[in-house]
Amino acid sequence: MRQTSRYTPTARALHWLMALGMIGTFAVGIYMHDLPLSPQKLQIYSWHKWAGVTLFLLLLARLAWRITHQPPAPVAMPAWQKAAAEGVHHLLYLLMLAIPLSGWLMSSAKGFQTVYFGVLPIPDLIGKNPELGELLKTAHMGLNFFMIALVAAHAAAAVKHHFIDKDDTLRRMLPGR
Amino acid sequence: MIKQTLSAAALAAAFIALPAQAVEYGTVQVEKTQVAFTYKQMNVPIDGKFKKTAASIAFDPAKPQAAKATLEIDLASIDAGSQEANDEVAGKLWFNTKAFPKATFVSSGVKALGNNRFEVAGKLTIKGKTQDATAPFTFKQDGANGVFDGTFTLKRADFAIGEGMWADFGTVANEIQIKFHVVAAPAAAAKK
Repeated sequence: MRQTSRYTPTARALHWLMALGMIGTFAVGIYMHDLPLSPQKLQIYSWHKWAGVTLFLLLLARLAWRITHQPPAPVAMPAWQKAAAEGVHHLLYLLMLAIPLSGWLMSSAKGFQTVYFGVLPIPDLIGKNPELGELLKTAHMGLNFFMIALVAAHAAAAVKHHFIDKDDTLRRMLPGR
Repeated sequence: MIKQTLSAAALAAAFIALPAQAVEYGTVQVEKTQVAFTYKQMNVPIDGKFKKTAASIAFDPAKPQAAKATLEIDLASIDAGSQEANDEVAGKLWFNTKAFPKATFVSSGVKALGNNRFEVAGKLTIKGKTQDATAPFTFKQDGANGVFDGTFTLKRADFAIGEGMWADFGTVANEIQIKFHVVAAPAAAAKK
């Protein structure tokens, strides 16, 4: 009965890699935006953008993996919980897509092209436009705070299933074995 | 009316005959003249420009060796790509605009490179430091006007632009591409 059908090692690796990457990039984003102008600020901004592009690429790999590999059937739980979990998962995917895109567009609108690792220029989809830049900045920020709220709910649910319901929800995604 | 038309036609005819009769271009059209630049920070190219420049030119394509040019750039009029950058570069570490409000270029000579291409040499002064500078440029006639387009690379360290924490080139590159576009009417047509 206890046969744990878990996510594939690749799916788990991508999940935790992106979780760490997103939390780190989010923290850097919060930290950097108030800094007084300095070479360090310019470096940190570039690192943040490179991290964002990397997370976007990881997301594409993750989506490709998800489409080609069935996730394990959900652990038995009330229907509303299943629906809520699914809804949050979809929103998380949507935000993982929208957040780097909004950052990239904001960067272009503010007149700073994104040059991946200082080597690969990523084309500007839109031209320099300060008003639009401010708007996209608000969007980028709003999407991020929404994301953090959803991640908190997602993590809280996983912890609740693990310690209170004592089911396999979290174990399916944990690394190892 | 007819007289005016005739004299306008005569004037136009005179301009069409330009290449044959050496005409000196001497009246710079400030509103059409622009000094722009491109620099790199973290390898990201950023375009900027100076909104206020003044220039004087005396240039006869038939006698380039006699040409003279001066260019004066109001450094406070910079658009360095963002408001944050504009505020920063006015400061002491960059242009120190309060103490050195203008950058100037004064030519010492012009030589023809052939094919409507020329090279101007002179002294460039920024932030109290004077250096020799040369810039290739092209000359074109646009109606009655002469249009000068040139580019050269300025090394910001030569003029102490970006000192202290900015002196390292790892974030903001040393090389700055300068593009100048100067439009001048013939000296005689100053009233036009």
